[in-house]
Amino acid sequence: MKKNTTLLIALLITAALALVPLFIKKDNLLTYLCMILLFISLASSWNILGGYTGQVSLGHSAFFGLGALATRLLWFAGWNVILGMLVGGVIAIVFALLIGSPAFKLRGAYFTIGTLALGQILYATVGNLLPQISSMPVQDLQSYTLVTRYYLFLAIALITVLVAYLIANSRLGLGMMAVREQEDAAESLGVNAFRHKLIALLVSAFLAGLAGGAFAFFQIGYYPQYPFSPVWTLDSTMMAYVGGTGTILGPIIGAVFFVVLKEVLSLNLAEFHPTVFGILFILVVLFLPGGFMGLWSRIRDQIRKKRERAAEFSNT
Amino acid sequence: MLQPLAQNIVYGILIGSLYGLAALGLSLVFGVSKFLNVSHGELLMLGGYASFWLFKLLKIDPFISIPLTIIFLLLIGFILYRLIFSRLIKLDVEKKIQNSLLVGFGLSTIFQNIALRLWTADDRSITTVYSAKSLEFAGVRFPIVRLISLGIALIVLVGLQIFLKKTYTGKAIRATVEDWQSASLMGINIHSVYLLAFVLGCAIAGAAGTLVSICYSVDPSMGLNSSLKSMVVMVLGGLGSMVGTFVGGIILGVTESATAFFIGGNYRLIAGLVLFLIILIFRPQGLFGTKEGDR
Repeated sequence: MKKNTTLLIALLITAALALVPLFIKKDNLLTYLCMILLFISLASSWNILGGYTGQVSLGHSAFFGLGALATRLLWFAGWNVILGMLVGGVIAIVFALLIGSPAFKLRGAYFTIGTLALGQILYATVGNLLPQISSMPVQDLQSYTLVTRYYLFLAIALITVLVAYLIANSRLGLGMMAVREQEDAAESLGVNAFRHKLIALLVSAFLAGLAGGAFAFFQIGYYPQYPFSPVWTLDSTMMAYVGGTGTILGPIIGAVFFVVLKEVLSLNLAEFHPTVFGILFILVVLFLPGGFMGLWSRIRDQIRKKRERAAEFSNT
Repeated sequence: MLQPLAQNIVYGILIGSLYGLAALGLSLVFGVSKFLNVSHGELLMLGGYASFWLFKLLKIDPFISIPLTIIFLLLIGFILYRLIFSRLIKLDVEKKIQNSLLVGFGLSTIFQNIALRLWTADDRSITTVYSAKSLEFAGVRFPIVRLISLGIALIVLVGLQIFLKKTYTGKAIRATVEDWQSASLMGINIHSVYLLAFVLGCAIAGAAGTLVSICYSVDPSMGLNSSLKSMVVMVLGGLGSMVGTFVGGIILGVTESATAFFIGGNYRLIAGLVLFLIILIFRPQGLFGTKEGDR
């Protein structure tokens, strides 16, 4: 019954989210929802590589940026946006393939630093090559509707979470988690660590590329360098950690929490939102390795134990 | 062609000495405790701002304010260690590097945000009466402030070497780097050694920050790239060699200025990072380091 309830809740939430634009007409509210959905995609796709496979990558913005760049160029050149996004996703995959085997020679923190350097290389290069702001042409601006963007973000968030769920509950996912827990032990049991890490990277890159495409379709004007900014990586990494890495719900909760917190603080502390979130992130790393999800399961265990003890007590 | 090239290389060496100095702090902390503090660049930024405001508000000469900056950063280092990093000591090495890195990112987000709100996004640099003066030799200019900075960086390097090689405390630090378990059995208080190395690393970052604000400029978003550069230098030099680290800094400085000369100023950062990735992949023990186990 557990699985069915979860499925039912997921379907209900999806249906509710799909109906939102019918009731909410305020643009700013819809924009917040778009941001939440975008961050759900980013944090969840990061989680496949960083959370489930344990390869803490800080180069996620590279894939997001490549997806955005390709989609923007193709879309402005007259392509269908969805097609452009798919191409963007494929380009992210190709880049991931190129960097995959050298990057996975590095283990642990060296992998993390290496991917951060890669991200910064792309960020700086794109800034050098395309220094001009990219603005939507007039005809696209006239036909701009936020609701279309909302549904696109929703679709990509759903796809990302679904893919993460399917992987997590598959043999492949078990292999990834084995690599995360003990790479050498996993290898000795016949899990090809490199292959698992590479697949995680490719899937994660493709999904981040799609999210980048949606961003390119959504944002009216921005510097082409912007989606490559390390801020995207750090924000989604922090969201995944605060919510709970290596879980499906964690990155979702983290993303919702991040955007809502920003709104709550906007009344008096908006400018210090990164500080508040940074402190929270440090607290999670130090004291709550499982994030909110870990805390929740701990509380649940406590309650169960208490109940059992109470039951024992009443029996005697 | 030759003269501008020579000028470029001189500038590269001069800025490289500051990269080397900053990386000494990071390398000391990492070598001793395996904390990879990626907020190192933000500590450097704080040092730069401290000297900037001391100069601006109290008219204290930046070179004279270095001891004050160092004290300020020692304090910050002490607080950070006590509040945060001391909680990571018990983790195994792999987890320690990873978590200190994550915590460092949290810290850099915080410092960056605070600096931006308190002091705006403007570039700040200290302009003294002697800032524009320079020596000239065979048509190549040597700005005085950068020469003094090079001198200070060398003094710190030599001082650190003497401290580590000659003093009892320094030897305790080196023993801990070699083998913390044996060191601990020999009666060395590992916790004090970790704390000392950490605050020293912060102080060095602060001093480097002051020099950067004198010779170049500081701004709230400089931290990430500064940290990356320090890491680049650290792996260039290899762990455990202070002189190697310093030379690594100069190599990075010269590489950057050569790139600026031959390709374009915008590609300085990229050249350093590409160099970094190549070394990480092909020679992770650094150019001057020895492989672990070789010793």
